[in-house]
Amino acid sequence: MTEVFLNGKFAGDVENKDEFIESFKSERRQGGIHYQANVSYDHELDQLMIESSRGRVLRPLIIVKEGIPLLTDKHIKQLQKNEINWTDLVQQGIIEFLDAAEEENSLVAFREDELTPEHTHLEISPLAMFGLATSLVPFGDYLQGARLIIGNKNLKQSVGLYTANFPQRMDMDVNLLHYPQMPLAQSIMHELSNYDKHPSGQNIIVAVMTYKGYNMEDAVVINKGSIDRGFGRATYYRPAISEELRYSGGLMDQISIPDKDVKGYKSEQDYRLLEDDGIVFPEAKVKEEDVLIGKVSPPRFLSSLDEYSLASNIRRESSISLRHGERGIIDFVAVTENEEGNKLVQVRIRDPRIPEVGDKFVSSHGQKGVVGLIVPESDMPYSAKGIVPDIIFSPHGIPSRMTVSHMLELLAGKTGALAGRYIDATTFDNEPEEALRAELVSLGFKEDCTEMMYNGITGEKYLARIFIGNMYYLRLKHMVANKIQSRARGPIQLLTRQPTEGRAKEGGLRLGEMEKDTFVAHGASLLLKERFDSDKTIVPVCEECGLIAIEDYVKDKKYCPVCGEKVEINDVEISYAFKLILDELKALGVYPKLKLKAKY
Amino acid sequence: MVHQDLKEFEGKLPELLIKQIEEICPASKIKKVAKMALKEYESSKIDPGESVGLVAAQSIGEPGTQMTLNTFHFAGVAEMNVTMGLPRIIEILDGRKTIKTPMMEIFLKSPYNKGKGIREIAMKLKETKVGEIIHEIQINLAELKILCHFNMDKLADLDLKISKVADSLGKAKGVAKEVKAKVEGDIIVLKMKEEGSINELYKLKEKIKNVPICGIKGIKQVLPVKRKEEFLIITAGTNLKKILELDFVDTTRTISNDIYEIAAVLGIEATRHAIIDEVFKVIEAQGLNIDIRHIMLVADTMTVSGVIKGITRYGVVSEKASVLARASFETPIRHIVNAALTGETDKLNSVVENVMLNQAVPVGTGLPGLKVKTTKEK
Repeated sequence: MTEVFLNGKFAGDVENKDEFIESFKSERRQGGIHYQANVSYDHELDQLMIESSRGRVLRPLIIVKEGIPLLTDKHIKQLQKNEINWTDLVQQGIIEFLDAAEEENSLVAFREDELTPEHTHLEISPLAMFGLATSLVPFGDYLQGARLIIGNKNLKQSVGLYTANFPQRMDMDVNLLHYPQMPLAQSIMHELSNYDKHPSGQNIIVAVMTYKGYNMEDAVVINKGSIDRGFGRATYYRPAISEELRYSGGLMDQISIPDKDVKGYKSEQDYRLLEDDGIVFPEAKVKEEDVLIGKVSPPRFLSSLDEYSLASNIRRESSISLRHGERGIIDFVAVTENEEGNKLVQVRIRDPRIPEVGDKFVSSHGQKGVVGLIVPESDMPYSAKGIVPDIIFSPHGIPSRMTVSHMLELLAGKTGALAGRYIDATTFDNEPEEALRAELVSLGFKEDCTEMMYNGITGEKYLARIFIGNMYYLRLKHMVANKIQSRARGPIQLLTRQPTEGRAKEGGLRLGEMEKDTFVAHGASLLLKERFDSDKTIVPVCEECGLIAIEDYVKDKKYCPVCGEKVEINDVEISYAFKLILDELKALGVYPKLKLKAKY
Repeated sequence: MVHQDLKEFEGKLPELLIKQIEEICPASKIKKVAKMALKEYESSKIDPGESVGLVAAQSIGEPGTQMTLNTFHFAGVAEMNVTMGLPRIIEILDGRKTIKTPMMEIFLKSPYNKGKGIREIAMKLKETKVGEIIHEIQINLAELKILCHFNMDKLADLDLKISKVADSLGKAKGVAKEVKAKVEGDIIVLKMKEEGSINELYKLKEKIKNVPICGIKGIKQVLPVKRKEEFLIITAGTNLKKILELDFVDTTRTISNDIYEIAAVLGIEATRHAIIDEVFKVIEAQGLNIDIRHIMLVADTMTVSGVIKGITRYGVVSEKASVLARASFETPIRHIVNAALTGETDKLNSVVENVMLNQAVPVGTGLPGLKVKTTKEK
């Protein structure tokens, strides 16, 4: 007797479990049971589990009977002639979908030649164990698993041609690579996924060597000439959106150049780029704080009394301006209506992003690095044939990470570029390394992919031969231009009078608890005080009652709210945050008393 | 008797140093050497105002980030688990009362430390309960009897006679009152003295299993090991007091890793030393390099008061003089409310309070003040 559970709920007992499972499966293959239902048996608990709930990940596999896969050459021919399709294969019971639990009860062969009579299923392709992005990694079977995942993550962040209709779109925060290419070392997935319609990298020449230490710790050195010729060149798009909202009482926003008497009017200079309709003109060069869409809104709070007074006419400025630290060119202006019938203005800003020091680049193998130095082409090392690398990659990144595929791609890329063909680098099914090496020799290069190279500055020959080849490099969307921040003085928080936090608010860089400790450990007491002076205030303190007194600047006198004027009141320098906590304690009914004492 | 030339250095140099100089140096150069030693000694003293506590915290904290969370296993048949790494350090410095893996290292007197009869000794130390040496328990419901069949091999291993087991069963707490024990060959027959329910009989059976017969309470596992030509016994579970009472134990070196037990048996100075040793053992095992003086400072602060105080809000932190400093470390409301109730005064003598007030902290360059000597005008 085996207990049967349907979607985790007890459903009944079964006398012969094997017979039951067999009949369940054959029924499913004939279409009597939905193809997404799965059955599994737990040996330890002696329980049968039938799952048909949503949210399970299913995998298609070819069914194997007595060591022979049901998918025959006949089917493949029919598929090629478009006589049958995927659904037909599922309906005919040739391919079935297994969930994780049913897979535990199955024996799946990786390749056809591994099949034995015990096998129940055959993998459609070994590549099927990966997702889309992972299967794009060339020579993935020569890469450590963890790196493959990192490579996959990097691929998703790469800058490319994300869509062909980008001029018609208003996407938030997107990058577009100017001259994307197909990789030289390809996987079949590149073809299957129409990668040529949305490529995201470029084939470049990579030399594995050091360059004056500017590519240590995962940095890369880039050839200035390559950048000038368009390597990694991208455009950044960001829209500014504003709409005319309607408020109660028939009031509404108005998109226009604000009048000078509007509350919060900036300056004429800030509105200079606006046309008569209150919107910037296309191809205008904009800097930070420039107004893109001029807008005025009704006052925020309307009391019944104000409605009749003159003051109610004072409207509020609510224009959209470019954020702090941003710049660009107005690319496109769209004036439309939204679902509620309100006027909607969208302005797209474009900013060219030429690779600069600090921008992030990556190969498909999780070998990421930031630009450490941009070198003039004349100073770059060159080979005997006059080849100048686009990127110099540090050899120290290879041994610990074991990215063999990275080097294989260099070899394959070089062979492909010289032979004028694409190399098949599909994971588990790629061109063998020996063949590539032999081909490279036949093309007149050393079989180990190295070349004699010369120092670009002195012209001296390097003692070591340099490993140099072609590979597919991707530019990642993390760019310095979006992240750079500095501050000397700037905005402060209203409550604590301490600097604001975060780049968007032009914030300060926090000197935290542990950083404070380092100052104390050095005994740099006065330097520490100076660092924390950002919110220092001078408050008058009543010597009598120990509370904070009041200083009347108009009458130029100090008095205590409790003890009056006839007490001694002295100024004390404290942090505003401490003054705040004193006030909060008072609000709690705790009496914090300051006892003053001469310091020296 | 101190040398003539060294008299002036008494009190300036530590006694041990003076002694060493006297022993090593020829009499003619003794003064010169002592002078140089004094100079060197003075220059290696910590300056006033140096934040030793914070430096100690940083020096322990930074390598602490590199420590593994793994527990270490003894190889061998009797595998033993030992808390190592960061969890152990946290355990010690927090001053936890119950530690994860209490252990003892029992050193033995000659001839046992040469390995003679070490297995037998070890087995005697181990706390054995009736349940462990029993082969089978039968319950006679009709006569309300419990029949315990013993494993005679195990009994022989422990050098025990069945009558002795019966004796201890007859004396055991909770059991003796209810039953009468009688030996019948390999079997001990326990008969209930009063008529009881079957349920009580079952409860009794469980009680009997837990009756200790031999060994020392708390010693759960024993492992004789050889370390550098010497045999010793490592145990899981501790009972320092009872172990030190045994005559074959080398009482000068035998140690437990439970600092509270050490405090109770050997006193606070031994505890200070145990804290240093235990922390240092972990650091050494991890292959880290921390100066022992940092650990000494921590051990000192934990034990100055005469009892163990952990580096927690209930321990050392609760002793801080400043309200603001205490409030800035965990549970601020409690501290502020209590300070308000008792009218505490914060003298602003430490670091945290002064950072809060934006005042110079009284360490390093912030410590010295100016004192002006005013001379009265004549």
